[in-house]
Amino acid sequence: MTAQNETWIAGQARNDKTHVIAGLTRNPLPPVLRAVTQRLLPWLVPLALLTLWQLASSSGWLSTRVLPAPSEVARAAWQLAQSGELWTHVRVSAGRAFLGLAVGGGLGLLLGLLTGSVRTAETLLDSTFQMLRNIPALALIPLVILWFGIDETAKLFLISVSVFFPIYLNTFHGIRNVDPALIEMGRTYGLTRWQLYRQVILPGALSSILVGLRFSLGLMWVILIVAETISAQAGIGYLTMNAREFLQTDVVLVGILLYAVLGKLADLLARALEHGWLRWHPGYQGGAR
Amino acid sequence: MSAHSQTSGARLSLRGLGKAFGARKVLRDTQLQAEPGEFIAVVGRSGCGKSTLLRLVAGLDQPTAGSLQIDGAPAAGLREDTRIMFQEARLLPWQRVRANVTLGLPHEQAARADDVLAQVGLADRGGEWPARLSGGQRQRVALARALVHQPRLLLLDEPLGALDALTRIEMHRLIESLWQRHRFTALLVTHDVQEAVALADRVILIEDGRIALDERVDLPRPRVHDAAFAALERRILDQVLRSGAQHPTPEPAWPLPAAHALRWAI
Repeated sequence: MTAQNETWIAGQARNDKTHVIAGLTRNPLPPVLRAVTQRLLPWLVPLALLTLWQLASSSGWLSTRVLPAPSEVARAAWQLAQSGELWTHVRVSAGRAFLGLAVGGGLGLLLGLLTGSVRTAETLLDSTFQMLRNIPALALIPLVILWFGIDETAKLFLISVSVFFPIYLNTFHGIRNVDPALIEMGRTYGLTRWQLYRQVILPGALSSILVGLRFSLGLMWVILIVAETISAQAGIGYLTMNAREFLQTDVVLVGILLYAVLGKLADLLARALEHGWLRWHPGYQGGAR
Repeated sequence: MSAHSQTSGARLSLRGLGKAFGARKVLRDTQLQAEPGEFIAVVGRSGCGKSTLLRLVAGLDQPTAGSLQIDGAPAAGLREDTRIMFQEARLLPWQRVRANVTLGLPHEQAARADDVLAQVGLADRGGEWPARLSGGQRQRVALARALVHQPRLLLLDEPLGALDALTRIEMHRLIESLWQRHRFTALLVTHDVQEAVALADRVILIEDGRIALDERVDLPRPRVHDAAFAALERRILDQVLRSGAQHPTPEPAWPLPAAHALRWAI
């Protein structure tokens, strides 16, 4: 009975997504309690750090100029949310980011599909893109300011340029990497060109395209932060730079945390897309992690 | 063409068929006549030209000499009435089993899929992803996908090569029963002489790019592994082994579409 129970636990643990080292599976704790412990354990260190930080701040050992107490940061966030200021800035920033993604990513997708599928287009365009992609988007800042000044267009341009390449390259690569055996099969089964594209080539390239999207999402926030920090009349960057002027370190921290939350949300979005579109893929059947 | 001939097998005739890559002749002067509904197995060592023969008949490649006729009319390129079953199942992993079976099928005929899936014993797996199936089940789906088009000529390119022995025997029975039911002409390429003798009306041995043996198998179906079976298998196998004295030249890697060098970026 006990032995049976133990093997069952071990089997459970192996199925569990949280990795359990072999030694722990012999733990005599009941499964439910063990599962709870497994879930809580990763939070122990962050909570301890937070407590330590709070104590250090409230005892005056850590200057609020350097790092305000977590409670202060929470209060600042609350006040900003109450006044509605927070949402305005988040909306502006997220709007910029996703508009840039739509423009740059959309172009990257289209051109990637084109160069991946049409030999002439590849010969004509690909080497140009391969050269251009080596220019870091941030190196363009002086030029962009000269061209567009420091208003919205400049930010949009920077974000578009930086998200273009990951999506372009991965789309191109994805199309080229579609299993030729499947393409041949599709041809022998009488698929028209469009059906072949729609049913074989595009789905085959999709996992690669989504990898490109995730790269782009990561870059998108980095470029957004830099662009907003240089100059902005609204947005999270404006919020933090303004707060810096008035030494409101707590608001600066709120801004930093907001970027982190937005980045995480974008990543969750990409995972959700993978989960939905790559349902067939054994590697994604575990669901959004 | 009458309605009858659409459901029965095609008459296949190869006249002096040859294929060369540059100066190297992979297949030369091949004469072969297959009656409607006949089951022909092509055996030979790897690199003997048997896959080339199949690809020429499929219309995936063009011969450099001779001609190919179906029902007395010259044939070139891919044809509606011919379907291939490949060595790997080549199912689309992003489509469920049923959608894989109806691939390339007009919408109004999609209802046939369930029927065909039932015939290969997978009636209840239509909603499954291919990744969840075993190797044998995937080949059954591939067989269903070929049969749903009601081909008059079915080409089998070592479709059972990667399966285990028990699954192979199961598949032999399945293919035989479906062939008897649908009466298509079948051309099976295999390196397994036993498989050839178990399934075919005629076994053709290709050696060094030409037909070296054309043996009729007059054993009653379903075939059992008795003395006559073993004797025939022995005879063909001996011939195959004798041809091994010459060093086989590998067939060229087939130019698959889009299989060009990748530029690894990132």
